[in-house]
Amino acid sequence: MISTNLLALFYLISGVLFILALRGLSSPETSRQGNFFGILGMLIAVIVTFLSIGNFTTSFIYVVVFLLIGGSAGAFIAFKIPMTAMPELVAGFHSLVGLAAVFVAISAFLNPEAFNLGVSGNIKLASLIEMSIGAAVGAITFSGSIIAFLKLRGIMSGAPITFTGQHILNLFILISIIGLTYFLCLTQLPGLFWTLIGISLLVGILLIIPIGGADMPVVISMLNSYSGWAAAGIGFTLENTALIITGALVGSSGAILSYIMCKGMNRSFFSVILGGFGGTDQVSKSDNKEQKPVKSGNSDDAAFLMKNASSVIIVPGYGMAVAQAQHALREMVDTLKKNGIKVSYAIHPVAGRMPGHMNVLLAEANVPYDEVFELEEINNDFSNCDVAYVIGANDVTNPVAKTDPQSPIYGMPILDVEKAKSVLFVKRSLSPGYAGVDNDLFYRENTLMLFADAKKMTEDIIKSF
Amino acid sequence: MEIDPFVFRLSIFILSIFVGYYVVWSVTPSLHTPLMSVTNAISSVIIVGAIIAALAGNNEKIFNEASIFGFLAILLAAVNIFGGFLVTHRMLAMYKKKKK
Repeated sequence: MISTNLLALFYLISGVLFILALRGLSSPETSRQGNFFGILGMLIAVIVTFLSIGNFTTSFIYVVVFLLIGGSAGAFIAFKIPMTAMPELVAGFHSLVGLAAVFVAISAFLNPEAFNLGVSGNIKLASLIEMSIGAAVGAITFSGSIIAFLKLRGIMSGAPITFTGQHILNLFILISIIGLTYFLCLTQLPGLFWTLIGISLLVGILLIIPIGGADMPVVISMLNSYSGWAAAGIGFTLENTALIITGALVGSSGAILSYIMCKGMNRSFFSVILGGFGGTDQVSKSDNKEQKPVKSGNSDDAAFLMKNASSVIIVPGYGMAVAQAQHALREMVDTLKKNGIKVSYAIHPVAGRMPGHMNVLLAEANVPYDEVFELEEINNDFSNCDVAYVIGANDVTNPVAKTDPQSPIYGMPILDVEKAKSVLFVKRSLSPGYAGVDNDLFYRENTLMLFADAKKMTEDIIKSF
Repeated sequence: MEIDPFVFRLSIFILSIFVGYYVVWSVTPSLHTPLMSVTNAISSVIIVGAIIAALAGNNEKIFNEASIFGFLAILLAAVNIFGGFLVTHRMLAMYKKKKK
């Protein structure tokens, strides 16, 4: 019904529209249009695929039914999901892409004629290699994302799970995957193909369990990247340009995000993958911490300090998401603004559990995005600001990262909160953050600790104002 | 001698990685979460493969062992396409500028 060349051109158009979808995200104004381009690209790809097969029999009806069932489930989730649950939603979606890639690869392996890849038991060598890569990466993405999902959802502990010989085991499994692919190409035995998928599922699990909660932004970005490479692998198998372009885009997007997240923590990608960070086995220097004096106050003290300030910088972190304090925070800021106080927000690249997590939550609470600044944009302003209000952030404000070469977070770029005239630090206790490091900021002269739940404290400050 | 079509596809792949690299670096950090959800949605274009798997085989039986995997993949990819684009839309709709 549609010639192969025309089909390829339409897939190319889809690919270009997907590029424009990502391009749109360079600014919030163009982003909505970008999302529309993405939808259009997807629509074109699906329609021309139907036309190219031209099979509008009962099977087609079933396809549409499956599409609608899946689509309504997706739409339902998209409307219902609270913004604070975005990290686990994204992890869950990654797992679906991975599993879909595995299923397509299995189908192609069982019935290669449908895809013009040769006949069963005698599949073209190149196709078989591409298929194996797509299936293996897809399976790793699937099981890895499931573990990430469970950790983010709190069903599984965020603490890293490590055991002796872990890395050797992983290395051994990796070698066995390559070996299996080789023998699969030699013999075309279905058993080897199934084993390959099974082992890849195992790799996904083993890869993610040693990684701690605070490294989740890297994990999510990494799995994002994997889902892209899996799609590209399938794209090569099916000789489909739209899939190859998309896979490459998504793969590099995830890789860049992983890089940005690693840089935000001053850690190498390799050390994150090896895992074990953020556990309780860190050398803690907690012996002398109780002796140091800490100033603590209540909401009246905080309100008093802010009333007399002319500029306030808010530093949100994961704790704000946990306490769902973003709306209360915005109300507090409204009150401040009514009193003529200049307020801005400072976001650290790894604040929260995924890239851009804090920005979405603030946007949800109707904070205009031009009041929200990245680390480099705002870091110099702390020295001129009267009050820094730290809500749910910890490690990203720790001055030790600049001064103590022994500290595990040494060299990590941090927000220079300590330079503000006064620091209000909302926290439930003096416990260290995920890096297991005591925060020097707690004991500073200009710091006032506000021991309370982030949401409750923020609401109390509004009342005291 | 003709060039193997694989080489053409490889060229597209490599160039797309570079396009992706430059496009993604220009994404503003405040939109990194929508970036992840939209990349999620577009990588579900794998549904194209799933549709072929479900429809292009022998038609004696609608659900044979190969096509059933195609149908399942359609289901999963559809969740992702609708969910991914809609949740991205929902997020982007929240980003507002300061009222002047």
